[in-house]
Amino acid sequence: MNKIGLILQREYLTRVKKTSFIVMTFLGPILMAALMIVPIILASLDNVGKKNIAVIDETNWFLGRFENADNMQFHYVFESVDSVKSQVLNGKYDLLLYVPQPTLNVPVNAEIYSNRQIPMTTASYISNTMSKEVETKKLLASGIDPNIIKSAKTAINLVTFRLDEDGASKKSFTAVNVALGLVSSILIYFFIFIFGSQVMRGVIEEKTSRIVEVIVSSVRPFELMLGKITGIALVGLTQFLLWVILTAGIYGLFTLFYNPAQIPEAQMNAGAMMQQTNPVMDGMNQEAVLKVFEVVEAINFKVIILSFLFYFIGGYLLYAALFAAIGSAVDSEADTQQFMLPVSLPLILGLVISNFIVNNPDGALAFWLSIIPFTSPVVMMVRIPFGVPYDELILSMSLLIVGFLFTTWFAGKIYRTGILMYGKKVTYRELWKWMKY
Amino acid sequence: MRTFLSVNEVTKKYANHLAINNLSLQVPENSIYGLLGPNGAGKTSLIRIINQITAPDKGSILLNGEVLSPEHISRIGYLPEERGLYKKMKVGEQALYLARLKGMPKNIARQKLLYWFEKFEIENWWNRKVEELSKGMQQKIQFIVTILHQPELLIFDEPFSGFDPINVNLLKEEILKLREQGATIIFSTHNMASVEELCDHIALINNGNKILEGTVNEIREAHRTHTFECEIKQPVDSIKQDLEQLSVTLNKFVRKADNSVRITITSDAESSGNQLIKKLLPLGELSDFKELLPSMNDIFIAQVSATNIKTDSHE
Repeated sequence: MNKIGLILQREYLTRVKKTSFIVMTFLGPILMAALMIVPIILASLDNVGKKNIAVIDETNWFLGRFENADNMQFHYVFESVDSVKSQVLNGKYDLLLYVPQPTLNVPVNAEIYSNRQIPMTTASYISNTMSKEVETKKLLASGIDPNIIKSAKTAINLVTFRLDEDGASKKSFTAVNVALGLVSSILIYFFIFIFGSQVMRGVIEEKTSRIVEVIVSSVRPFELMLGKITGIALVGLTQFLLWVILTAGIYGLFTLFYNPAQIPEAQMNAGAMMQQTNPVMDGMNQEAVLKVFEVVEAINFKVIILSFLFYFIGGYLLYAALFAAIGSAVDSEADTQQFMLPVSLPLILGLVISNFIVNNPDGALAFWLSIIPFTSPVVMMVRIPFGVPYDELILSMSLLIVGFLFTTWFAGKIYRTGILMYGKKVTYRELWKWMKY
Repeated sequence: MRTFLSVNEVTKKYANHLAINNLSLQVPENSIYGLLGPNGAGKTSLIRIINQITAPDKGSILLNGEVLSPEHISRIGYLPEERGLYKKMKVGEQALYLARLKGMPKNIARQKLLYWFEKFEIENWWNRKVEELSKGMQQKIQFIVTILHQPELLIFDEPFSGFDPINVNLLKEEILKLREQGATIIFSTHNMASVEELCDHIALINNGNKILEGTVNEIREAHRTHTFECEIKQPVDSIKQDLEQLSVTLNKFVRKADNSVRITITSDAESSGNQLIKKLLPLGELSDFKELLPSMNDIFIAQVSATNIKTDSHE
């Protein structure tokens, strides 16, 4: 056991001291934090430049209908289009909205002139306002009060409740669950692949550098394999933990220095801009946001975090042993292809199918794939935010434990023979023979 | 001599290939034991079994009378034929790691390593990466790591491959010193010259079977062909005819410029060198007489090809 500790220590320290590890550890959080911060900055940058918009309305339908906002100021002008165009060019106005006299009696065309790309939000605000106005005018012409139509429009808030065994009901909101499930399953998928292949490369390195026979004369091959797998698992956990801490840290620092008052406002603006394009959502906004918070509160984070860690580690252990076996069977990384496919297929399948499973997290397919150890680490995480009965969870977890014990045993048999084989093109039949040595 | 390592009727089978067939060896304590045989004879398989890397299918191995167990790992030092080091790791760090895997405490391992690094004049490599060193330099480090924990049994598999002649001598000296200090050494090689120079005992293995075992002198003695080389000055005129009348086979007859002759003859097994000398004395002045013993190389080739023919005809 003492020797496994030594191996683990070496595997861990040599990797953690590598420049690539240090760079990735710091670059990862910077990228992740940037992903959160940049949209906020961009959204607030939009507010800085107020757009002066000249309106030439030959129909007179829209005079005074556009409302000035933080980022838009409308000026109704009665000059020739050409002269206003030149004023846009010399900077008096940022853009010109021109509504020509329609050929029929209803205006359906409008033109915008600008010397720069105009923001999507401005364009959609203008077209929404115009279509509303035309709609109202048409309704009035047909003798219908637009207010009746407005009050008839109803947005339905669909709140789903999930009944637990103990009779309590919990609010659930699919979008939040889908996001949580998919993100954790993708994280597990990448963790298994990135660190599993590190195990494989480590084994190949020991084989090609010919140090392995020196080492196995001091420790059993199985101990060497276990030490390597656990050492690299700790490297992965260290990196993951540092990412979480650093990302939170960078984001925290940013909110501290960036004038906290602006952030919620900027986020609200970003949200509001999206809603402007969909009039039906008006008024629903506030409730939806509240509902998300309620659902987030209803989610059992203890279960999610614990099972994430379990499947994160369990899935890695199951596959790392197989990756170690592949590494031991080949002479160079180029030869790994034929063995990589069957090993990575269940993982890829799990990830692909996850996208369908979110639509029916309690279906038969979801159930079976979350029970079978080869796919359960990826698939079960998609199901957990929706709530999984404890007996299924326990079954899946026990099978995963049995699964990685089995793959470790199986891999150990191939490994101990493989690491001492050189210059032989290994086939599946050959591997089968090694099992029986 | 006391037996230090005894291999008793060991058999190892790989799928459908018999690597070692009911093999027994007795390695005497405090000796250098040559394990010889062509490629694929089963030497490495046997060495791996002694190192407990693989287990035998049948048979047992005793180290100093005890059945081999994991506790013996720290008492064995092994320099494999396929050997190397982690390329990206620093020399000192790596040597320390390998020593600790053999069960040495960290501080003692460090002290001993410093001693050996000084002795081989490589102290300033401690913080260099292995990939910066030449192959010969790496071999020195591997050698140090093998013997650092002062094992009672040392196993060298082709230790001289990849060394320059200066380092080969350095290594030979160290191996002989290790024997002086009480170690038992198993030495597997194809290099017959170094076998004659270093080994006390040898075993010759072919196709998983032992075909020869004994001390180097015994074996050469057993394989003598009773061939003698002699030189006769001022020979009688009829020397050639006289030689043909003796009950010997005349293999070579060379007459030199000064009229002396140099001959190689093979006598029958019963007659000794002295009897032959008596017969030669009347033929002139005997100025040189020696028995031509076969070299280990000759014995090796003869024995291996003989067993190969036998097994071929069996199949």
